[in-house]
Amino acid sequence: MIELRNLSKQFETSDGSVDALRHINLTVQDGDIYGIIGMSGAGKSTLVRCINMLEKPTEGSVIWDGKDLGAMSEKELRAMRRRITMIFQSFNLLMQRTCLKNVTLPLRLGGMKNSEAEKRGMELLELVGLPDKANAYPAQLSGGQQQRVAIARALATDPEVLLCDEATSALDPKTTHAILELIRDINRKLGITVIVITHQMSVVQEICSHVAILEHGEVVEEGEVSEVFSNPKANATKNLIYPELSDGAAILAEGGQKIRVIYNGAVASREPMIAKMALDCGILASILGASTRSVGDLAYGYILLEIPGGPAELAKAVTYLSSIPDIIVQVEAEYGSKEVRP
Amino acid sequence: MNFANAFTPERLQEAWNCLLIEFPFAIWETLYSTLLATLFAIIIGLPLGVLLVTGEPKGIRPLPKVLMSFLNVFINFLRSVPFIILMVMIIPLTRVIVGTSVGTVASIVPLTVAAFPFIARLVESSLREVNPNIIETAQAMGATPMQIITHVMLPESVPSLITNFTLAITTIMGYTAMSGAVGGGGLGKLALAYGYQRYRYAVLYLAVIVLVLITQLIQSFGTWLARKCDKRLKD
Repeated sequence: MIELRNLSKQFETSDGSVDALRHINLTVQDGDIYGIIGMSGAGKSTLVRCINMLEKPTEGSVIWDGKDLGAMSEKELRAMRRRITMIFQSFNLLMQRTCLKNVTLPLRLGGMKNSEAEKRGMELLELVGLPDKANAYPAQLSGGQQQRVAIARALATDPEVLLCDEATSALDPKTTHAILELIRDINRKLGITVIVITHQMSVVQEICSHVAILEHGEVVEEGEVSEVFSNPKANATKNLIYPELSDGAAILAEGGQKIRVIYNGAVASREPMIAKMALDCGILASILGASTRSVGDLAYGYILLEIPGGPAELAKAVTYLSSIPDIIVQVEAEYGSKEVRP
Repeated sequence: MNFANAFTPERLQEAWNCLLIEFPFAIWETLYSTLLATLFAIIIGLPLGVLLVTGEPKGIRPLPKVLMSFLNVFINFLRSVPFIILMVMIIPLTRVIVGTSVGTVASIVPLTVAAFPFIARLVESSLREVNPNIIETAQAMGATPMQIITHVMLPESVPSLITNFTLAITTIMGYTAMSGAVGGGGLGKLALAYGYQRYRYAVLYLAVIVLVLITQLIQSFGTWLARKCDKRLKD
């Protein structure tokens, strides 16, 4: 289990100090795939580097299996970093070394004999599906292949935790999918806890069990992925989960009464509810935007509607739509939204 | 200079004889003083160049600022003394090390002293080209600063180091020609003592041509080797 307790990080710059992280509290259980998501500049990379102490937190602590990583000596930190390993957006392979040499590097650093390390390295290359690239150089590999080699390298020391810093951000969607599959396999087969840093909601959706949303250095929302997806509360979360809608809402923010209809589960999505509302209530809502996501076996989604008329029509529409099972209706205010549950 | 009788048939014949008799040994002297001086300069300059990068406040093993400032000033000082003056300046040191300040072997001392700060700066610039993300990755693997230097920074910069050492060799060879002025041997001495002072200009020009050829050879070899070693270029 990894616990971040009241973690803060300040950077000193020439214009004074900048708060990169503010009072972060998170708990990652063993075996989780935990997503930390945020826009660029939210502090994700700093946060992940605080977990393995590449960045020293200004305040607060990181507790891993009951040990306070901030109190460790350099030597203990180095030993810890063989148990908590990391992969990166830019793969960061040694360009002048073969793939096999890249994979065996952590083992050689730990003093393992070359013949033994190469045997283990070949096993790892097989695990990531690249045994034939052992003697190739990274420059001869595609991005996805390089990340596979980096994953093999990160697994070399039998870690308990794998940190992924935007590991798929430099890859195309298809390769991203394949790499995420590999990470999930590793999580399942080897029982390695995975912490995934990303700005892509699709990554969280695909492999994470838990998610924390980071905005301006703070965790604004946290919980099980299905929970957060079905009912996102913070604005940052909504923007990340349904970027189309937040864009649409921004453009159309000038006026009009808007409601956000959230449906989850197959029943609600089969209901022709907008058409029925027009027939039953005579309210001719216009659809400003819509988006659906599937998480696990369930479908979640939003429809953003503009309701013509005055407050009476608005209330009517809210009451009508809320009566449908699995539907939550929110009235969109200028900033954020207020949940209405009649 | 009087070129009027410099290239008469007799003078050319004389230069030809000189090429056959005197040049082989002079070339040998030039080469071994250059290569030995480069070797010693790398032995001293390489660790200093590594320190210049790793000892910085943001380096992998920061050193006290005072020490870093001293190192920088010291290197800049040696780099700014003209070689011909440096040679004379360190005659006492040369005497202590070699026992004499005259001759080709003795000239290796000032050559080394002139070249190691240069090498240190070249190594510094090579190491700064190493992708900082890769260094961070090594830290994230639990590598010690020494392991980062030996397993990551130096191996990753091999092509750049070869290119820079080639530059160093050709520069040091230029210095060996100057060392001819104060008793060092080699093509420089031949050009000055035999060619210039005895008005045998044909010999002087021959020496220059041979120096240019050697420089070309070393440069081409260095460029080829750096290219061959660079695994980023393989397609």
